[in-house]
Amino acid sequence: MKILVCISDVPDTTTKIKFKDNNTTLDVNGIQWIINPWDELALTRALELKEASGGIIQSVTVANVGTVASEPTIRKALAVGADNAIRIDAQPKDAYYVAAQLANIVKAESYDIVLVGRDSADYNGSAVGGMLAELIDYNSLSSVSSLNIENGKIRINREIDGGTETIEAELPFLAIVQKGISKEPRIPAMRGIMMARTKPLNVVQAVAVEILTEDVSFEMPQPKGSCKKFDSENVKTLVSLLHNEAKLI
Amino acid sequence: MSILVYTENREGIFKKATFELLSYAKEMAKTLNTNVVALSIGQVENSELEKLGNYGATKVLNTQGNNLSFLDNKLFSKIVTTAVEKEGAQIIIMANNISGKALSPRVSASLKAGLVTGVVGLPSSYEPFVIKKLVFTSKAFSNVKVNSALKVLTFAQNSFGVAEPINAVAHVETFNPQINDVPVKNRLIETNRITGKLLLTDAEIVVSGGRGLKSAENFSLLEELAGVLGAATACSRPVSDEGWRPHSEHVGQTGKIIAPVLYIACGISGAIQHVGGISSSKFIVAINNDKDAPIFEIADYGIVGDFKTVLPEMIAAIKEIKAG
Ligand SMILES: Cc1cc2nc3c(=O)[nH]c(=O)nc-3n(C[C@H](O)[C@H](O)[C@H](O)COP(=O)(O)OP(=O)(O)OC[C@H]3O[C@@H](n4cnc5c(N)ncnc54)[C@H](O)[C@@H]3O)c2cc1C
Repeated sequence: MKILVCISDVPDTTTKIKFKDNNTTLDVNGIQWIINPWDELALTRALELKEASGGIIQSVTVANVGTVASEPTIRKALAVGADNAIRIDAQPKDAYYVAAQLANIVKAESYDIVLVGRDSADYNGSAVGGMLAELIDYNSLSSVSSLNIENGKIRINREIDGGTETIEAELPFLAIVQKGISKEPRIPAMRGIMMARTKPLNVVQAVAVEILTEDVSFEMPQPKGSCKKFDSENVKTLVSLLHNEAKLI
Repeated sequence: MSILVYTENREGIFKKATFELLSYAKEMAKTLNTNVVALSIGQVENSELEKLGNYGATKVLNTQGNNLSFLDNKLFSKIVTTAVEKEGAQIIIMANNISGKALSPRVSASLKAGLVTGVVGLPSSYEPFVIKKLVFTSKAFSNVKVNSALKVLTFAQNSFGVAEPINAVAHVETFNPQINDVPVKNRLIETNRITGKLLLTDAEIVVSGGRGLKSAENFSLLEELAGVLGAATACSRPVSDEGWRPHSEHVGQTGKIIAPVLYIACGISGAIQHVGGISSSKFIVAINNDKDAPIFEIADYGIVGDFKTVLPEMIAAIKEIKAG
């Protein structure tokens, strides 16, 4: 069996976001790039599954749609433990564009399990996983918070509106994963970093894809007015303000 | 041409979020001089389906079936795309929640319809179609242009409001799309529902606790506050990681993104990843014993003090108001 983990290269979660060119482009100056937090957890889970499979899972591949600038992030994924990587050489345009590029890879290699994060910390599209599943015609489930393989089938837990469900799914299968899929992301060890340098990172050409959506401009939220602060002697005053002035309670 | 709205039910009942979704779609339909068609999947009584008329649906497509008791992405999105074709819908709207996020990408890819998730208002222009959404985990907005003729949107709850209900009954039509050719690949083993608690997604007021509350036991004070306010409870990530509260209550970048009318943050420092999940709240009240905690930078009201003294006083003061 083979697992594919789709990884996105995103600004570190503490980044102060700024735009340039009249608010039409992200200012990447000084940004630290990381593996998207969900994708990092997905990769960790894929490696755990492989290690526990007794050789049944032969490989864990990571795929990224990005320019050469995302290679440090891909190398990190290799250092964490992925066996090989594919970079589809293109500047991502929108979710559909990315999904269509990934679909091409999956069609060529037929992976049994594909893992995609819930959303990417940049454009928050929550879209690539579902679109990919549709384009490659895979069975897919979303908001997956645990994943195991039992007797050739997948068993997952997922969050639903107001609870959780346990579902048994047939392979091949695409899971859109979230919190819980693995506990902590794996950190690359020295040995992993050394090995990552020689692991295969294949760069493939992008295919032409129609651009369905475009970010035309960005805006920052309105700054908040100053906070009306009270000390613990005046809790009652605050509560009556919330009641009378803000009409919140 | 029409607008198709996927109206999700929870155990046969439509919630406020669905009414807001329809109110939003109706406003768009007015501008475009068209109708709103609702699509309901799963077991719902006719009387409940007709209610959707009060919020602007002229017609409800009602799809029921044995295999529709749990969300199967492929099956459900096939139903949606079939409905889109039948109605000649140009715009498809879903909630930006678990099921909307599960279905909208499949529908979008299947129809080659541009998808914008988490939209926070009406389009700023229809020709070209430009609409605003939150990006970078609520740190910024993007104005997204959709190039395709068909468009799929997921709508961020509480960014529009529920319209005043009108006295209208929606026409309910049985809708049985051809879905036999979609092979069944998933089997539901077990469902666990959260019972006896107001859900985060239904709440107008949310009271939330952080590591500053120091133990699982201390959350009983927060529960009590939630009780007197009719609020739901939430928490920061370390709190759910510690197991003090269930994962379903974790808000922030890696948890739920919420936008209640009032968010009360108690013993939460206001880390950027936490704020991303709550900054769209209309009002934020912070309780923290550190006057320089970053949470005060995004709060409208704050109390500098120890939760152990502040919370009981707050509870008492609210009880007094509620008692009239
Ligand atoms: C990739 C990534 C994703 C993340 N995602 C999330 C997320 O989704 N949600 C999230 O919440 N965090 C997230 N975090 C973690 C985040 O960075 C913070 O560590 C976390 O939000 C801190 O939680 P806290 O405010 O409860 O605790 P702390 O930061 O420890 O703050 C506790 C606060 O309580 C106050 N306090 C202490 N004692 C009292 C008292 N007696 N009375 C009143 N106040 C008191 C303190 O002054 C302090 O401000 C993420 C981090 C990373 C790296």
